[in-house]
Formats: sequence, structure tokens, C-alpha cells
Amino acid sequence: MVPINYYIVLSAILFTIGALGVLVRRNALIIFMSIELMLNAANLAMVAFSSVLQSFSGQIFVFFVIAVAAAEVAVGLALIVEIFKSKRSIDVDQISSLKG
Amino acid sequence: MTLDLVFFLILSLIAIATALGMLLSRNAIYSALFLVLNFVTVAVFYLLLGAPFIAMAQITIYAGAIMVLFLFVIMLLGAENLPETQTLPWQKYLAGGLAAVLAVEATFIFLTRARPAGEIAPPDEAVNTIANLRELGDVLFRQYLLPFEVTSILLLVAMVGAIVLIRKEKRVH
Amino acid sequence: MHAAETVSTGFLFLAPWLVFAPVIGLLTNIVLGAWFMKRPWGENAVGIVASSASGATFIISVLLTYSLSANHGELPPWYLAEWIHIGDLTLDWQFRVDSLSTTMMLFVSGVATLIHIYAIGYMREDVRFKNDVGRYPRFFVFFNLFLAMMMILVSADSYLMLFVGWEGVGLCSFLLIGFWYELDTLGRPSWANSNAGNKAFIVNRIGDFGFLIAGFIMFWAFGSFQFDVVFEAAQHVAPGVILAITLLMLVGVAGKSAQIPLYVWLPDAMAGPTPVSALIHAATMVTAGVYLIARSAELYTLVPEAQFIVALTGAATALFAATIAVGQYDIKKVLAYSTISQLGFMVAAVGMGAFVAGMFHLVTHAFFKALLFLSAGSVILGLERGHHHAEHSHHEGHKDHKGKHSPNVRAERRASEAKPGDEAFDPNDMRNMGGMRKTMPVTFWLYMIGTLALAGIVPFAGFWSKDEILLEASLHYPIVYWLLTIAAFFTAFYMGRQIWMVFFGEPRHEAAAHAEESKPIITVPLMVLAALSLLGGVLNLPFEGFHNLGHWLEYTFHEVESLPLDTGVAGISTGLALLAILASWFIYGRNPLRAGEVDPLKRQLGPAFVVAERKWFVDEIYHAIIVTPFVKVSQFLADVIDGRFWHDWFHETVIAGTYNWVSNIGLDRYADQRGIDALANGLGRLTQWFAGILRKVQNGFVRSYALSVLLGVVLIVGYLILK
Repeated sequence: MVPINYYIVLSAILFTIGALGVLVRRNALIIFMSIELMLNAANLAMVAFSSVLQSFSGQIFVFFVIAVAAAEVAVGLALIVEIFKSKRSIDVDQISSLKG
Repeated sequence: MTLDLVFFLILSLIAIATALGMLLSRNAIYSALFLVLNFVTVAVFYLLLGAPFIAMAQITIYAGAIMVLFLFVIMLLGAENLPETQTLPWQKYLAGGLAAVLAVEATFIFLTRARPAGEIAPPDEAVNTIANLRELGDVLFRQYLLPFEVTSILLLVAMVGAIVLIRKEKRVH
Repeated sequence: MHAAETVSTGFLFLAPWLVFAPVIGLLTNIVLGAWFMKRPWGENAVGIVASSASGATFIISVLLTYSLSANHGELPPWYLAEWIHIGDLTLDWQFRVDSLSTTMMLFVSGVATLIHIYAIGYMREDVRFKNDVGRYPRFFVFFNLFLAMMMILVSADSYLMLFVGWEGVGLCSFLLIGFWYELDTLGRPSWANSNAGNKAFIVNRIGDFGFLIAGFIMFWAFGSFQFDVVFEAAQHVAPGVILAITLLMLVGVAGKSAQIPLYVWLPDAMAGPTPVSALIHAATMVTAGVYLIARSAELYTLVPEAQFIVALTGAATALFAATIAVGQYDIKKVLAYSTISQLGFMVAAVGMGAFVAGMFHLVTHAFFKALLFLSAGSVILGLERGHHHAEHSHHEGHKDHKGKHSPNVRAERRASEAKPGDEAFDPNDMRNMGGMRKTMPVTFWLYMIGTLALAGIVPFAGFWSKDEILLEASLHYPIVYWLLTIAAFFTAFYMGRQIWMVFFGEPRHEAAAHAEESKPIITVPLMVLAALSLLGGVLNLPFEGFHNLGHWLEYTFHEVESLPLDTGVAGISTGLALLAILASWFIYGRNPLRAGEVDPLKRQLGPAFVVAERKWFVDEIYHAIIVTPFVKVSQFLADVIDGRFWHDWFHETVIAGTYNWVSNIGLDRYADQRGIDALANGLGRLTQWFAGILRKVQNGFVRSYALSVLLGVVLIVGYLILK
């Protein structure tokens, strides 16, 4: 018997690690992977809720999140490749021409 | 401490360790591989939670398709490592501090106030049979049919968008 | 369908197909249009698909009307799909079929079908004059989309669904005004057409803003958008709320139906191809505002103040636009201002609570204004053909001639410098016409019928509907009556002026002399419209037993007063109209304008005519009081506030200066002299470090922006814990 709160706390920890990845890494690809990790943490929480509430809605939602993530990766990676073509780097700190 | 709980704790440790490995690896390839491992662990959690379909989707789509795409792009760009720079030296510490605060806050909230304080039964036969999957399909293709179709259009649009972005500009003279 | 349902609701189940039919048409043309166009019969196929989609909509409207009358005007709303279910708000895609909406459906789809057919012939020539045949299917896709949106608008069962259609027709209007987005009206490369589209869209945005606020208040006060629920709840709400809703709705109406002060977009909208002007900017879309007020009749009748403001706005617009129309030279601009003026009549009518009169005029106006616009299009095409012909005979193999008609010559407005075949030629300019009753006889007679109907001569349709409005006005608001009567005088005058200038006298340009009559695909739909303009009056004759439209709309409005003919009002308006036509003959017909001459009215009236010619300088005034200050304020904000104050003074002088000062003082005086080196150094470093952080807030690094997002999350979660 595992209390659901444990799952939620695990999800929170994974989410925090993902957020940390977005903040401290400069490699655009790793930032992107961290975003995927955050999505996964949210998914985990949703499946856990779905399991407790005995409802399929959570699982269906996770299914849609996975599909959206796939779309996001396709476009995001295309953008990163484009940025690499023009900047010759995927360091996000190099992309700071919008500074005030 | 039941066997379930032990199993859960071991898996959680693996999940957290691989997530940290992703975060801390210098080499982007290692990061990606750690993330694959993390996704597989999360898929095992899904199985424990009685969601075999999502677990399989997780493995095929996330660990399979998406991460392969990542690895492919990393190798294509040759961007495993970035040169050391000192653009935002204090960012690391601020971010670490804030993230720690967030984790503590979230844990506090979930342990003290989360509403459905139920427990998750071990996946018994009833949940893991084909009937479950059939029911899921029923819900997906009846109640959620329109969102499902919209998602397929979304994927198509993303595909077209990606191709348009990558495509070489036609030379106009 | 179950047998029992079929008996009770008849053809109601067809209601969603009002929208689906044109959507199927447009999808067919999107998918197959390019393939069609590779075939020799491609243009016909595209046109037939679009026209049959429109025709199907018309047939469905007829069937719905039939079922409605068989059910004595009562049909339940037809539920199609769930739309928005949030909290207490329940909104569905429901089609409302009552006598008001079927009236709109019938004439919209009927006129639209005729214009679709006309457009098959018109666009075939237009795309060739503009040298881009491949754009042919796109026109019909937009046309069908417009029809679908218009059907959503008129069959809506809630304000929100109506708003969807409202925005949709606005979008189609924008797309079609800018149909030749890279050209101007003379076919030269320019952004003029797309600017006209932008103007229409942006001015309509201002109106929509009012409509939206009205919707928000409605939701706040009634908790629903459903017509019946709103009307029911409105009975128990303070009149102030209703007044606010109705007046804000009037802003929306002023935008869509081109009333003062937002009418400025409509004349520019004539940049679109002529069928667009006829369908969207004369017959159907611009009447959406009138329909909205009629639909909201139960709200407006609750607040007489709002009714008076609406009526006054309409009447003022009617007169104001009619005076401008007198001074225009562009054949379509005259009609555009005439449309604004006639819309003013309708808005005044529905404002007075004379909903039947307003709807009656709306329908008859759709007939004769569509007829006028399409005939004008025929004239323009005839002139372009004539010009083409003249150019070819003059310049066989001229090097400037690349298949486009005079694409790169600047338009020369003054006819005194006109040298045939050399100057840019404006086929819309009435000063280039003259004597066209001989070259285009069919068009001439059709135009005459439209003109007489618009001028309000017995027994044409316009006479009956305009007279009903005037009669209602004379009973309720004398000031509105007088404004409208004077406007009616001007209407007859500018239409007479147009007839004399275009069709009588001698050709003032070679193109007019060589103009050719249009083909039957263009003239036959016009004949149908002419018949409707001639006979449309029978819809609602002011005699006992002939108030057909009145009785039909009674199902929706419940109380309808059917007035008998008032010979006094009718006599004054007809007399004035005849007088105006006589005056126009006296000025323009007796001594026809010759090439290069100044407009005779300009010679006599001088400055007053210039005011009308320049449209009362409204565009200039708007530019001076809205556009220029807007640009000035933006520049002020960017330059003075952001640049000089915030950046130069606050950041550089105050923050950086203070820190420099503090650290300098600290280092120089106290550290060395008083021996508190360590503290002062620390202070200096601290301040520099702090200044560095402050400066880096806007550093352009996406990661630090993300950090501030995380900071926000942490703070909010912390607040939730401590709360």
C-alpha cells in the first residue's frame, strides 16, 4: 500500500529537477529535455490521481499530453536546428539579442 | 514496511538519480541517455498505478521516438559539449535555492493538505486485464473522440511546421 | 429522423445545412480548385460548385420558411452540438428558426446566389485584366466562407454564436477587400487595396469592442447569452444596465453597418471586386447591424432613450452620407455613400421601434443596391473592354503594354490632360463615361430600374419601404422625419446626377465610346434583381390585406402596427424625389458634361461642393485627432518616458550615479581618511554587485527570465501555504 501522496511528492521532486535544468543549463537541447522531464512529472501525478479516483480521465489527459509533447519536440527541435544554423551554437546565452 | 513500499522507494531513488544525472552530465549524450532511463522508470510507475496503456505509450513515444530524435539532433549538430563561459555566474545558486524552496513548499503542501489522501492498491488482476484497456478505448473513442481527432491534426500541423522551418529557402533571383 | 418528428417540425433538421452547404462548396474548391483550373472548363466548374452551394442554402431557407409557416411561426431551436459548458454557463450550437431569421436567410441566400452566378462571369474577366487567372478559385472560396458565416450570424440562438458569425463576416470582408492585395483599384502595384482592407478591419474592431463590452455586461447581469433567457431576464433588471448594453451594442452596429462615426471604412472597402461590394458591402453584411438591433428588439423597447439615440444616429448618417454622395466622381463611391445613407434609414427605422419597416427596407435595399452595384460592375467591365479595344488599336505592340491594362501609368484625375490611350485610365471615374446608354443598352435599363427604386419612385420597391420608414418617423420623431426626408431628396439627386453623367451626353473618353455590352451570365442575374426591385414592394404594401411581411414578422415581434398609406407623407417624398431628378437634369442633363469640364455643380456651389467632394474632411479630421496623437503619444512614451526618463535619468543618473557617488565617497574619503577600509570596500562592492543585478534584469538571457518565473511560482505557492 503506497499512499498517493508519495507519488505526488516524487512528482514534485522530478518537476523541481526539471525546472532546475531549465534554469542552470545553457545547452538548448538539455533545457528542452528538462521541459520533457517536467511534463513527465505532471503526467505521473495525473496517472496517480486517475488511479485513486478510479477514473480514466487522467489517463486520457496524459495520452494527449504525450501527443502534444511529440508535436512540441518536432517543432522545437526544428527551431533549435535553425538557430544552430544561424548562430553556430545552441548556447541559449548566445541568443540574447533582445536585451533591453 | 510492505514490499510495495520498498519497491516504490527503490524505483523513486532510481527516478530521482537518473533525473539528477540528466541535470548534471557535462555531455548532452549522457543526459539524453539518463533521461531515457528516467522515462522507463516512470513507465514502471504507470504499470504499478494500473495504467498499462500509458506505460506502453510512454516507452514507445517518449523513450523511443522522442529521445531518439533528441539523440539524433545532438549528434547531427555535434553539440555534446558547450565551452565554459561565465555569462550568469550567480544563476546557478539562485536557481538552486529557489528550486529547493519550491520542492520543500510542494512537499509540505502535498503531505499536509492534498485532498484525495487515498492509497493506491497494488495492481490486481481486475485492473490489469484486457477489459481495462477495452474500457479505456471506449472512453477515448466515444467521450473524447473530437479531442482525439484534433490531436491528430495538431500532429500533422507540427510535422508540416517542422518541415517548413528546416527546409532550405528557395533561391529567388 | 423519426416519422413523428418530421411531422411536427418539418424541415427543421436541415437548419445546420445552411452552414454546411457553403462549407462543402468551399472545401471542394480548396481541394479541387487548382486541379479544375488546369482544365479548359475549370472556371465554370469552380463557379458552378460555389453557386450550387449557395443555391442549396437558398433552397434550405425556402424549406425552413415553409416549415415555419406550417407551424404558425413556432419552431424549437435545433440543437447541433455542445459548445461551451463552464460552470453555470451552458451554450450550444443551436439554430434559431423564427420569422425574423428566415427573412434574413431567404434574402441573403437568394441575393448571394444571384451574385455568385454574376461573379462567374465578372471574375473571369477581372482575373484576366489583373493578369492572374490562378486566383479565380480563391474568390469563390472566400465567397462561400462569407455565406457560411452570414448564415451562422442570422441563425444564431445566442449573442455569442451571433458574434462568431459577426467576426467571420468581418474576416471575409477583410479578405475580399484585399483580394487584389498587391494592387490598387487601377491595377497598379501598390498597397492601397490591402490598406483599405486593414482600415475596414480596424474600424470594425472598434465597433466590436463595444459589442464585446455589451456582451460582458450581459453575462454579468444575466449569466447567459441565449436570446430568450436574456430577454426574459432583462425585464427584471435596472434600466441603466439595459441602457449600457444597448448603447454599447450601438457602437458595434455603427462599426458593422457603417454609421456615424465609424462609417469611414465602407467607401474604402470599394477596393474589393464589384461582386464583393454588391454582396458584402451593400446587400448583406452591412445589414448585420440592423439585424442585431431588430433581434434585440426586446432590449431596445425597454429603454426609449437608447431608441432615440439609435434613431438619431441613423437619420444623421442618412443625411450626412447623402450629401457626400453628391460630390463623388467614382461610380462605386457614389453607391457606397448611398449605401451608408440607406443603412442610416434602416437603423433609424429599427431605432424608432419600426422593426417591420426597417426589415422591409433592408430586403428591398438588398435587391436594388445589389442591382446597382452589379450594373456598375457591368459598366466598369464594359469600359475596361472599351479601353482595351482602344489601346489595342492605338498601340499595336506598344512596349509598355504587357497584357495588363495600363499597369504602370499614373492615374491622371484631370481630364484636361487626358490623351487617349496614354494616361492611366480609371474605369470607375464617371468623368470618363458618358453616352453609355447607346453602347450598353441592357445595363442602362437595368441601372434605370435600380435608380428609380433607390430614388423612391412609385411603384418601385424602394418607394414602399422608404415611405413606411418616413411615415413611422413622422408619427414618432419629427426631427428624424425631416432629416430622412432631406436625405431622400439628396438620394434622388445624386442618383439622377449619376444617370446623366454615365449614360447620357456624349462619351468623354474613347473607352466609353468603345464600351461593349456584357454577356448574359452577367446580365441575366441582373434582370432577376431588376424584377425584384420592381416588384419587391408587394412584400408589404400599405393596404389592408397586403401587410405580408408585417404579419410574418409578427410571429417574432408579437406587436406590429400596420399603417395605412399616408398620402401626405408619400406625396411629399415622391414630390421631392421628382424635384430632385428634375434638378439633376437641369444641372447635368440639359447641358451634358464635356470632357475636361469642371463639374457644373462645383461651378455654382464652389466651396460647398468641395466639402462634399472631400467627404466633409472626415478622414483628415480622424487622422488629425486620432492617428497623429496616437503616433505622438507612442513616440513620447518610447523616447521621453522610456528613453530619456527611465533609461537616461533613472537608470544612468539616479541608480548608477548614486552608487558611484556612494562608492566614490566611501572609498575616497572615509576609507582612506578614517581607516574603515574593509567596511567601505565591502559597501562599494555590495553596491556594485547590487547595481549589476539591477542592470541584468533586462539582460536578454532567457534563463534569467525563466528564473523570475520560478521566483513568481515560489512566491505564489508560499502565499498559498501561509494563507
